[in-house]
Amino acid sequence: MTDTSTGTRLPRAGEEGLLAVSARGLKKRFGEVVAVDGIDLDVPKGMIFAILGPNGAGKTTLMRMLSTLAKPDGGSAAVMGHDLLNEPGEVRASIAMTGQFASLDEDLTGRDNLVLLARLWGFRGRSAKQRADDLLAAFDLSDAATRQVKTYSGGMRRRLDIAASLVVTPGVLFLDEPTTGLDPTARQGVWRMIRGLAQSGVTILLTTQYLDEADQLAARIAVIDKGRKIAEGTSRELKAQTGSGFLHVAIHDPMQIEKAAAILEARLKHKVRRGVEGAELSVTTDSPKDASDAIASLIDSGIEVSDFRLGSPSLDEVFFSLTGHDAS
Amino acid sequence: MTDTQTHALLGIQRPRRPSGVSNALVFGWRAALKFKYVPEQLFDLVMTPIMFTLLFTFVFGGALAGSPKEYLQFFLPGILVQTVVFNAVYSGMGLSTDLGKGLFDRFRSLPIWPLAPFAGLMVGDVLRHLIAGAIILSIGLMLGYRPEGGVFGVVAAFLLLFAIGFGMGWVFIVLGLLISTPMTVMTSGFAFLFPLVFASNIMVEPATMPEWLRVFVEVNPVSLAATAMRGLMSGAASLQDVAVALIGPAVLTILLAPTTLWLYLRR
Ligand SMILES: Nc1ncnc2c1ncn2[C@@H]1O[C@H](COP(=O)(O)OP(=O)(O)OP(=O)(O)O)[C@@H](O)[C@H]1O
Ligand SMILES: [Mg+2]
Repeated sequence: MTDTSTGTRLPRAGEEGLLAVSARGLKKRFGEVVAVDGIDLDVPKGMIFAILGPNGAGKTTLMRMLSTLAKPDGGSAAVMGHDLLNEPGEVRASIAMTGQFASLDEDLTGRDNLVLLARLWGFRGRSAKQRADDLLAAFDLSDAATRQVKTYSGGMRRRLDIAASLVVTPGVLFLDEPTTGLDPTARQGVWRMIRGLAQSGVTILLTTQYLDEADQLAARIAVIDKGRKIAEGTSRELKAQTGSGFLHVAIHDPMQIEKAAAILEARLKHKVRRGVEGAELSVTTDSPKDASDAIASLIDSGIEVSDFRLGSPSLDEVFFSLTGHDAS
Repeated sequence: MTDTQTHALLGIQRPRRPSGVSNALVFGWRAALKFKYVPEQLFDLVMTPIMFTLLFTFVFGGALAGSPKEYLQFFLPGILVQTVVFNAVYSGMGLSTDLGKGLFDRFRSLPIWPLAPFAGLMVGDVLRHLIAGAIILSIGLMLGYRPEGGVFGVVAAFLLLFAIGFGMGWVFIVLGLLISTPMTVMTSGFAFLFPLVFASNIMVEPATMPEWLRVFVEVNPVSLAATAMRGLMSGAASLQDVAVALIGPAVLTILLAPTTLWLYLRR
């Protein structure tokens, strides 16, 4: 992690000056639904920090609160050293937010969208146009600059939307599901851009439903589910939290899957997770010996095992063992 | 994105914070751009007043005033009011669309004057009123309308027209903030405007109306506006006519501008 050079401010007491975001007990309710239910979050400056959670976990609501768009019902937070509730103007001046859904004027061209924002930030005349053109070039959108945004593809919109957040280099960039709906190439492009920004000191707080995205990109990951933070750490720490290893078993005959699951559960005393393919099972094991004993009892019971493997858990499996349900 | 390109993006400091007025003008520029990129809107804006002016003048004119030309002398200032009142719907619909698309989330997370986006909408409104008003006036002049108040009277009348449009603008801005489907903004706005516009003295003098309706028509702010417009354009307006015509827009602004800000900043 590089140290931040943008938005440098005198640190307050203790380590607060080193934190881009610091939240305590943030809460947001919509009628009966508690969307965010008391979340603590500390994001060091210059870090890529991922918030991982399934649909409806409260990711968007959390991001909206931190970017001053939604008012917390409880708790407090500081962003780049400014209190969210008392200094929303200062918070806004030091952040940028790219929401889950593109916030662009579809009728205008890509260039006009950026010129509009550049002017709102205070760039005048030619310098606003220059700023727009630099951003378009950096995001590979120069060719589409004079086309209306409504003619853009999903990936182009996403890039323009992120570009729109970088008119002025923010201290913290909030990205709500930056790669949802993108093809693998476009996704790689966004990842490269995020890494590039972080390398030069921009703190990035992003949300994702993709476990591999959090794994690949983020130095730290907070897993949230039903409005609560259920785990936090580096990807390695989260994996370690799940147990010493994970046993993956592929069953030849899909009809025997339930029987096999029951045997594994009985032997290993951990909940068995069914794979997406149907004929695969995975389960935490406390030791390699337990794993081999379990395989042996499957074979003894006449179940044909077509493949098995012992390894560290994927983030998918981490999520499963933390929440008791799948991520999607 | 290459590394060199990334560097071009970074460490960009914010220029000096622009004034609220400058923010508002940027939004006004956006409203003007919409005419360029959404010319369909211009079509509505041009065709509706032409159609109404011609239809009412020739269909009602003979029956109501002896001849279309006579009627136009009475009707033209009124149709200006009607057009401006109905035109306010565009801002509300645009606002509702922008909110639905999440565009206002971006504006709200920027460190700018909170009322600037709305001031920008008003700039778009003024442009629309000017276009529609100029068209109606031109048709009127071609058909024989004569503003006895002269250039000064016409200019004063247009200023009053902008004030009326400004007041009405808040109604649709509030509707736009409250209602998430642009079509519903239009239909609910019109449901409230139709009685106000048609139960007024825009098209006919209220003399032949039943007592209860006449009472309403006489205090209807739309009638007061039409009366003042007629006075200004014919050079016979009293200060009092203009003052009572301004009550409506003033009350709307005083009530709805803070409501707008509250609805917009509510989070
Ligand atoms: N404006 C709102 N009004 C009512 N309920 C809401 C509102 N916004 C969010 N919620 C509810 O709060 C909960 C959390 O929603 P949120 O959008 O924060 O989840 P999310 O993690 O972003 O989900 P997704 O991955 O689908 O984007 C959900 O149950 C949602 O229905
Ligand atoms: Mg979301």
